Amino acid sequence: MKKELVELKINGRAYELAVEPSTLLLDVLRQDLGLTGSKRGCDESSCGACTVLMDGVAMMSCVLLAASCQEQEITTVEGVSEHGSLAAIQKAYGDWGGAQCGFCTPGFMMTVKSLLAENPDPTEAEVRTALSSNLCRCTGYSQMYEAIRAAIAAEQSGMAAK
Amino acid sequence: MNTFSIIGKPTAMVDAAEKTTGAGKYTDDLSVSGMLIGKILHSQYPHARIKSIDTRRAEALEGVVAVVIGKDAPNPYGILPVGHDEHALALDKVRYVGDNVACVAAVSESIAEKALELIDVEYEVLPAYFDPEESMKAQTDLIHDNKPGNLEKDYHHAFGDPDKGFAEADQVAEARFIANEVTHAAMEPHSTLASFELDPHTGNLGRLTIWSSTQVPYYLQHKLSLVLEMPMSQIRVIKPLVGGGFGGKSEVIPLEIIAAVAARKAQAPVKITYTREEVFWAHRGRPRTIIDLKTGVKNDGRLTSVKARVVQDGGAYCSYGVVTILYSGALLGALYDIPNIQYDGYRVLTNKPACGAMRGHGTVNVRFAFESQLDELAAKIGMDPAKIRQRNLLKPPCITVNGLRVQSYGLPECIEKTVERSGWQQRRGKLPKGRGLGIACSHYVSGAANSIIRSDMPHSTVNIKIDRDGGVVVYTGASEIGQGSDTMTAQVAAEVLGCSLARVRIIAADTDLTPIDIGSYSSRVTFMAGNATLRAAEDVKKRIAAAAAKKMNCAADDLTFRDDLVFKKGSARPVVKQDQAEEVEVTQAGASVSGRVEGQILRGSLQQKRKEEGPIDWMTFEEAVVAAIDFHGALSGTGSYAPPPEARGGKHKGGGVGPSPAYSYSAQVAEVSVDEDTGEVTVHKVWAAHDCGRALNPVSVEGQIIGSVWMGMGQALTEEMVWKDGMLMNAGMLEYRSPSSVESPEIEPIIVESIDPEGPFGAKECSEGSLAATIPAISNAIYDAVGVRLHESPFTPERVLAALRAKRKDKALNLTEGVDPTAPARFREHGGSLCFKGKGPERHALDPARREPPASAGGAD
Repeated sequence: MKKELVELKINGRAYELAVEPSTLLLDVLRQDLGLTGSKRGCDESSCGACTVLMDGVAMMSCVLLAASCQEQEITTVEGVSEHGSLAAIQKAYGDWGGAQCGFCTPGFMMTVKSLLAENPDPTEAEVRTALSSNLCRCTGYSQMYEAIRAAIAAEQSGMAAK
Repeated sequence: MNTFSIIGKPTAMVDAAEKTTGAGKYTDDLSVSGMLIGKILHSQYPHARIKSIDTRRAEALEGVVAVVIGKDAPNPYGILPVGHDEHALALDKVRYVGDNVACVAAVSESIAEKALELIDVEYEVLPAYFDPEESMKAQTDLIHDNKPGNLEKDYHHAFGDPDKGFAEADQVAEARFIANEVTHAAMEPHSTLASFELDPHTGNLGRLTIWSSTQVPYYLQHKLSLVLEMPMSQIRVIKPLVGGGFGGKSEVIPLEIIAAVAARKAQAPVKITYTREEVFWAHRGRPRTIIDLKTGVKNDGRLTSVKARVVQDGGAYCSYGVVTILYSGALLGALYDIPNIQYDGYRVLTNKPACGAMRGHGTVNVRFAFESQLDELAAKIGMDPAKIRQRNLLKPPCITVNGLRVQSYGLPECIEKTVERSGWQQRRGKLPKGRGLGIACSHYVSGAANSIIRSDMPHSTVNIKIDRDGGVVVYTGASEIGQGSDTMTAQVAAEVLGCSLARVRIIAADTDLTPIDIGSYSSRVTFMAGNATLRAAEDVKKRIAAAAAKKMNCAADDLTFRDDLVFKKGSARPVVKQDQAEEVEVTQAGASVSGRVEGQILRGSLQQKRKEEGPIDWMTFEEAVVAAIDFHGALSGTGSYAPPPEARGGKHKGGGVGPSPAYSYSAQVAEVSVDEDTGEVTVHKVWAAHDCGRALNPVSVEGQIIGSVWMGMGQALTEEMVWKDGMLMNAGMLEYRSPSSVESPEIEPIIVESIDPEGPFGAKECSEGSLAATIPAISNAIYDAVGVRLHESPFTPERVLAALRAKRKDKALNLTEGVDPTAPARFREHGGSLCFKGKGPERHALDPARREPPASAGGAD
């Protein structure tokens, strides 16, 4: 298939790339741009390891055509760290055991980020529902809930300090 | 008082930031220049002879660099020395749907995929065997010519006098249990990148470097050497981050060998990454197991005898099979005091992907059967199920009837704690209708006392290098796969050396750099690599202490290493000298960058100055290190671990599997509810106590307990590999039904510390032992809730409903009635994503499935 020039805005930077119309966003991220934080776990939008934010909404990049993502703000896990330090949710996942093998973690980071942007103080049921788009085989999810609670507390105390 | 400064505290994993930021690299994240993509052609038949393979059309495709087939690497291999029955690519026969036939290396994935369709393979289809009990009767068309009756291996053990034991019993229970096949489904699909260097002396292909998602880099190096006919020293295996293993990466997976073979022929680096469907075919999971179990008890609850006949549906190759079938028998012992055990185990070959090691290797399914039957017997003699377990405790230190040495034994405390926390006494029997509590126990080895390749070599070796910068570099072959291996290593080294965790850097699992460690399997890392790290750190500490003692005019034994300081025991540190120490820190922090570097490399002006001050009774860690390097000329330490001979088990045939230097123990209570209309089971909460010896990192230990219980719950309720004529019907994460966050119960981990006499700081395993108790705990809770005893896992709504209807003497529901009324003439009649299209190939005329209707689902419930 003939390649077309597309412009993608990823983590605040603009990239101009030639891609086939059938190219998936995940492949552009991983292969063309070396942004390997987004993982390929299944190819069929069932595991969530490839989750990115499209204008703040969590989407699975393994079923998005790269060419259809122009003019949207794409955020990958590489764009989550703030001002050169770990975001509260990243620190909390480390401290509370939310990540074991870490393969699903980038996807969870994006899903949680999108959840908290929409709902800064979710109930446990809301957290569970939001997280059900992503699979993890190590943790049984429990320590993720603690991490999310800790991150919310850290954000709130950080805001109170300001 | 806590005498430790590092261990025992909840600690974030040393690689946590790599994982949460996405910066860490897994194998598929790597690429090297000139790299090709490899794709594998898989067999579409469960059993067929390859008459011819024509790769010419594929080779002619623009962008294809090489096509490899069986004869490009004909040497057999297998993880066990007794099971060398695999080839990189099929030589003459394919033995399961998904078996490896050819591999294309091309400049892109899409070209490689296109080329697969251009490979012409002519097969002669053979009758296939899918049921182990049918397979055992095979006379002709054997799966492997040298395995009569398709029997991979059988063992027959009798310890004590089992028949006498049954004669003494007041109550005997006997039943058939079936645990269906499950797989690891680790989040990271397997991936391997193979790259050869050109040898400067010969000008030909020289050293090979392999990056691979493996739990066992040294076994991989060994098997590559066999297949490629290269010396091990010419092969470097590097394990990048691994996205979960659970045993699925604990042996050599076909793509690891195929990538190397393809790279050799293509004369270019080749990367192969499995699709999710290929991961399911690669499998090596827990086999479908049929357990005929008989147990006898006295009216006082004492077990008198156990008899188990176990048949495992092992799939088409040996894999870890011989070990699995032995574990199933051996670990009937070492949990309870059972005086008489008879075990007959059969590992059977079938035309399905090979089963191998999976979390709780060999023990899980038999434990489900045993703990269920124990519950039944408790009911028969009118005893509380918790009490019957307490009645049969071992009295360690002891050696069990089947030769297993038990030292630390936290089971009594585990039972006590779960019973207490779950409100067992107060709540059991008083819950609303349809809701119940169940209890079960389990255990697991802290590393196999005998390695796969029998030898006297240490199972783990660790080197430590400390340089003038005060940085501690630990070189370990242990494989971090997400369980926290690297963090454990750093903690143990830092604890022994009394330095901060930030000083310690871990270099792990790179066969060029790190000394041999046999890998991450059988829950051996904390115990064995932990002990080796401890010994290496003690070794290097001894050298530092000798030099520091000279400076301080005291005996080396009089020094304490803690909080980045070395000080005389009983000296006022940390109380009085605290100020002085802080002063030093301030001085150092205030020094210019060049001053610090100069200080470290050129001995250190600070130390020079302090030298003139006369005798001292403390030094900073860095000062002590510099003193030691000046004194010894270099500073490194090494340590290794091999299990003691007395822990290596009995002398009977197969007695090498089961023994471990220490066992972990677990007791669990599950609370479930059962919807009697739909048969749906909901797990509300699991209380899980686990004896891990000592919790080196409590947050990791809890994570491992929760993860094990959760995976056990998956096997208990939803996870099952569904087969039809050797075709896997649910090769996807959703179809396989790995539980999501909304289906996962609250799990309360309870850490029990029995402090093992031989474990590092008393630690034992914590990653596998808890899994096995969850399935029977849930099954027993279902019995408590609705009074039906389930004999086949997973406890799907269909099976629960069938059992409920049988109990009520209702007509059995046949949910597949009217479906597939005739025996299928063709393979794969469902629509799937497999690379071949249409209805699938035709069956062999003599294939039994063609004449007989397929067995109905549901089983003996």
